[in-house]
Amino acid sequence: MPTSRAVFDEEMRELQQQLMLMGTMVDTAIGRAIDCLQRLDTPEARSLIADDAAINHKRAEIEEKVVQVIALQQPLASDLRFLLAILHNVVDLERIGDHAEGIGKIVVLHAGRPLVKPLVDIPRMATKAREMLRGSLEAFAKRDVEASRQIADDDDVVDALHDQVYHELLLYMLRDPATIERATYLIWVSHNLERIADRATNICEQTVYLVTGKMQEINTSRY
Amino acid sequence: MIMTTTAQKVEAEKVEKDIILDIQELSVYYGKFRAVNGVSIPVERHKVVSLIGPSGCGKSTLLRSLNRMNDLIPTARVEGKVLFQGEDLYAPGADPIDIRFRVGMVFQKPNPFPKSIYDNVAFGPRINGFKGKLDDLVEESLRQAALWDEVKDRLKDSAYALSGGQQQRLCIARTLAVRPELILMDEPCSALDPIATLAIEDLIHQLQEQYTIVIVTHNMQQAGRVSDYTAFMNMDADRAGYLVEYDATQQIFTNPQDKRTEDYISGRFG
Repeated sequence: MPTSRAVFDEEMRELQQQLMLMGTMVDTAIGRAIDCLQRLDTPEARSLIADDAAINHKRAEIEEKVVQVIALQQPLASDLRFLLAILHNVVDLERIGDHAEGIGKIVVLHAGRPLVKPLVDIPRMATKAREMLRGSLEAFAKRDVEASRQIADDDDVVDALHDQVYHELLLYMLRDPATIERATYLIWVSHNLERIADRATNICEQTVYLVTGKMQEINTSRY
Repeated sequence: MIMTTTAQKVEAEKVEKDIILDIQELSVYYGKFRAVNGVSIPVERHKVVSLIGPSGCGKSTLLRSLNRMNDLIPTARVEGKVLFQGEDLYAPGADPIDIRFRVGMVFQKPNPFPKSIYDNVAFGPRINGFKGKLDDLVEESLRQAALWDEVKDRLKDSAYALSGGQQQRLCIARTLAVRPELILMDEPCSALDPIATLAIEDLIHQLQEQYTIVIVTHNMQQAGRVSDYTAFMNMDADRAGYLVEYDATQQIFTNPQDKRTEDYISGRFG
């Protein structure tokens, strides 16, 4: 028969796996969001919006399990910090899912009208934000503080791209007021991606907390 | 530039913190067996300190050495110092009887005397030659131990008629009746149910306003709930108990600095 500690360790391993699974769900959602934006694929956007429910459900499932483990195992020290970090991380992942869903909603609002400009920096932002997301979860799994700090630094790259997209779209709007609505949509998309990078940074902060016991902001976003 | 040594800094901190009990490099031997090895713990006035650690690591031995209860074991001897209010409890001429009045002890199992509730509480003051109003002292002690309302109508009943939790509070009242300055508790709740345990824990919080408490407990949650500071002890290969880490309870249970503490409190052994 496994010892109590072995059962507890197994429960925590399972939670770690569930967190990674949720990360994959969210990462896929961002990819789909950018794809359907590029193709202005409204049906796919609607399906993406509907699928956000699965991400929300996964968050509730993980939270419920964490509450159960805290109540039954009464964890302390790094075990407790791990469970608290999981609770924080599922909130950030769920919100990242909402940002992807938000991009889907913008595609629906766009209603098939052509994009105001070809997408260059927005896909770059998405790629960088997804790299940060995957990296932050991997660093959490490996309890790698150094990697977490480096990933958090990348938030500046996404912020700079957001700046660029924003100013570029302002110029479009100034030149041709007929683009204002569609240009604003793209600013929202860019903002959603910028927020995704911020939330990946939050996950990095949880890794630092898990390992060191210290809560600290490791990169302050300009937005 | 004024140079201060580490020892001077430690001393200055102790003054600032109002250290009532200063355990310095204390080792306790039973014959040739060293049960406690070089433990140093400063205890602040009006604070609760928990001693935690695996069975046999010397927690109770350490606790008993704080009011010279180990003197009752013929082969026991100590090295190091226990400064209580600045005076070494083991200095030649220190009176163990006087020390036990000033440093009270509550044991694991409630151990009331086969006497009435009243006489249990009055016992210490009587042999101590108490001159005041004994009734008042008994009432006050029982009130401080949060037992008065439950027993005020039956003070002449045998203490054995009380429940386990009440008996333990009676033992606490008996300890308080001699007005100690420091109270030692050796797993005071291990024989009690959760409700009686909570009553004792609430009591510890109240007593803290007037007393300083050192408590041995095997219950991590209890240490977390009642104490300001926690000392984690472990034992060597030769079974001598030593101090691993002493810090604010909050620090010990959320982010201990020593891996051995972390492994112990989170139940990772071997």
